[in-house]
Amino acid sequence: MQLDEFFVTGDPLIYGADVSIILSLIGIIFVLTKYKKWKWLWNEWLTTVDHKKLGVMYIISAVLMLFRGGVDAMLMRAQLTLPNNEFLDSSHYNEIFTTHGTIMIIFMAMPFLIGLMNVVVPLQIGARDVAYPFLNAVSFWTFFMGAMLFNISFIIGGSPSAGWTSYVPMAGNELSPGPGQNYYLLGLQVAGIGTLLTGINFLVTILKMRAPGMTLMRMPMFTWSSAITCVLIIFAFPVLTVALALMTLDRIFGAHFFTLMDGGMPMLWANLFWIWGHPEVYIVILPAFGIFSEVISTFSRKNLFGYKAMVYSMVVIALLSFIVWVHHFFTMGADASVNSFFSLTTMAIAIPTGVKIFNWLLTLYKGRIKINTAMLWSLAFIPNFVIGGVTGVMLAMAAADYQYHNTYFLVAHFHYVLISGTVYACFAGLYYWYPKVFGHKLNETLGKISFWIFVIGFNVCFFPMYFLGFAGMPRRVHTYAEDTGWFELNAVASVGGVLMAIGFVIIVYNIYYSIRYAERVKTGDPWDGRTLEWSTPAPVPYYNFAKIPDVHGLDPYWQIKKEGKQELDIEEERLEQIHMPDNSGVPVIMSVLLFIAGFGLVFEWMWMAIAATIGVIVTMIMRSFDPDEGHHVEVEEIKEIERNVRRKED
Amino acid sequence: MTQNSHSNFPWNHVIGFILSIALTLLSVWIALYTSLSITAIIWIIVSLAIIQAGIQLFMFMHIREGEGGAQVFTMVYSAIIGVIIVAGTIWVINSMMHSMSM
Repeated sequence: MQLDEFFVTGDPLIYGADVSIILSLIGIIFVLTKYKKWKWLWNEWLTTVDHKKLGVMYIISAVLMLFRGGVDAMLMRAQLTLPNNEFLDSSHYNEIFTTHGTIMIIFMAMPFLIGLMNVVVPLQIGARDVAYPFLNAVSFWTFFMGAMLFNISFIIGGSPSAGWTSYVPMAGNELSPGPGQNYYLLGLQVAGIGTLLTGINFLVTILKMRAPGMTLMRMPMFTWSSAITCVLIIFAFPVLTVALALMTLDRIFGAHFFTLMDGGMPMLWANLFWIWGHPEVYIVILPAFGIFSEVISTFSRKNLFGYKAMVYSMVVIALLSFIVWVHHFFTMGADASVNSFFSLTTMAIAIPTGVKIFNWLLTLYKGRIKINTAMLWSLAFIPNFVIGGVTGVMLAMAAADYQYHNTYFLVAHFHYVLISGTVYACFAGLYYWYPKVFGHKLNETLGKISFWIFVIGFNVCFFPMYFLGFAGMPRRVHTYAEDTGWFELNAVASVGGVLMAIGFVIIVYNIYYSIRYAERVKTGDPWDGRTLEWSTPAPVPYYNFAKIPDVHGLDPYWQIKKEGKQELDIEEERLEQIHMPDNSGVPVIMSVLLFIAGFGLVFEWMWMAIAATIGVIVTMIMRSFDPDEGHHVEVEEIKEIERNVRRKED
Repeated sequence: MTQNSHSNFPWNHVIGFILSIALTLLSVWIALYTSLSITAIIWIIVSLAIIQAGIQLFMFMHIREGEGGAQVFTMVYSAIIGVIIVAGTIWVINSMMHSMSM
């Protein structure tokens, strides 16, 4: 292979990206070396098994990926603003919508939510870490390396261009030669390992590590949503793993699972993809529902209306999510009985979802509502998500779907559910739990400004797309003729896109601004919260709870506060030593080796893939023979730490 | 059983691993190197797959441990999802094949 085939050449945008990547790498290495931070980086972050630090790394990666996916989105809007635009050619445009979709779902939405789960769930259930801290680190690093493997595709070898759904035969060897599609397969495969492990880890954590007295029906709603999400992950992700493996066999080893020739079955790919893909959209929406439940309940100063109905509706959504997948390909040619069945099951999902919407409204009803940034995101979610949901029911009707499918109506629909559901929830959760991790709030003024700009921009960007869909504009076209009449609405949508970008920049600036100027919070409970995570000091000591709390009902911390026995008296309390897990460098090394193995397979350099896979197995063997007994934190040390974090509060 | 004590060698895992590999290789051999009819091959390799799933449940996945109620619920739920995926796929794909050949 020639060097100019290895690196992507010929496009000034790509050269710009090359330069900025090299400059930021040099910058990072320079800063780390100058301030002698390499050791700190290794000891405190790369080898950590602390769920809070892993959560923070998840969220930082997700924000970076939101930036990357957002740049893709802006490029697409720039191209579509004017008719007959020649800013991007069709193949470049195809690559960009493929990476935009894949990155936003797999490497932005999921890690952001999993990051919040990492930070919050153990604190909410009164645990000191997750059930398998080492596995948690493996989860993060495989996700991160999978994301990196996918992301380098645009400068090395070329990006995939068959859409985030990667339907064959488009994604097959004949129509997508070269490494691009392999990046998709291997990047998702490596990251998928991490997601599956997270699902197992958090389900066990939630089932087995709750504080005494916290029965299932006393769990906070975010923990409930995480538990159900984990079940979905455990049952859905193996399907993706298998489907990706089969397509990898097709592309690299000449098998014929999904090919047109030799008995392959291209439609089976779409079928398997969506058996995973539909539960996947609930994997990214259920934790969002959990976040909104927490935020709305806290700032309405009421307990959540219809707690049991909330739980059961999520269980029903989870069950239904496995029997609706065909609605993603109604037009592929199944007969009327198949389409009617999946049409009905899809419409049925609106029922439990509607129950949840009414529960949130009734939680707000007669509440003493406090408006702040986290609450604003949650309030904006309700009407916007309803728009997305109702248009979803329109799409669910198989006969009508023959009109809507593959148009901008669909694009508008899924952005309405995914942005106003998942992205709003990520921001709400970020503002809500940020002080718990960093010990200061994010600035409210900047927060509210960014909220309004983003939400207005979102509606200006995506609402016109419904009408573009009605006007017949197909999705995934890189340009359109002037006489189609699509120009005005596209121009409006692009203005909205710019507003969203400005909103995002202000959110990121707010983090920087707040780190520099925000007041430190004086207590671990800045919002007058209801659940156990607020009973710990901020920032949380690494063992979370000096003493595991006793739980006597729903919203346990609220109860404690009502009964007036607020503070844990460190000097009086009989503490015991705490058993904590040790850090380990194995997860990061194992994941780097997986990255190399994946990279080798992408370019079909078998020597590299085999060598790195042997390396992965060696790290597994090393792990198997590591007794990993952890260490104990002595009572005196706990007291010292607790005195320090609590002194600030006086 | 040895699997509850940490000091012993994990024989269950090793035997399960070897049996899984053997059954997989057997399936490959039947599919590629025998001259049975397609229907026969599919029946045989699906049966081998179910046997292998059973082996994994016993050798790796602690099916004989744990509380009864939760264990039964988990197994029933898994079976339902498995049936939905497999039977659903066959139903959907057959329907598409049928409408394409018309």
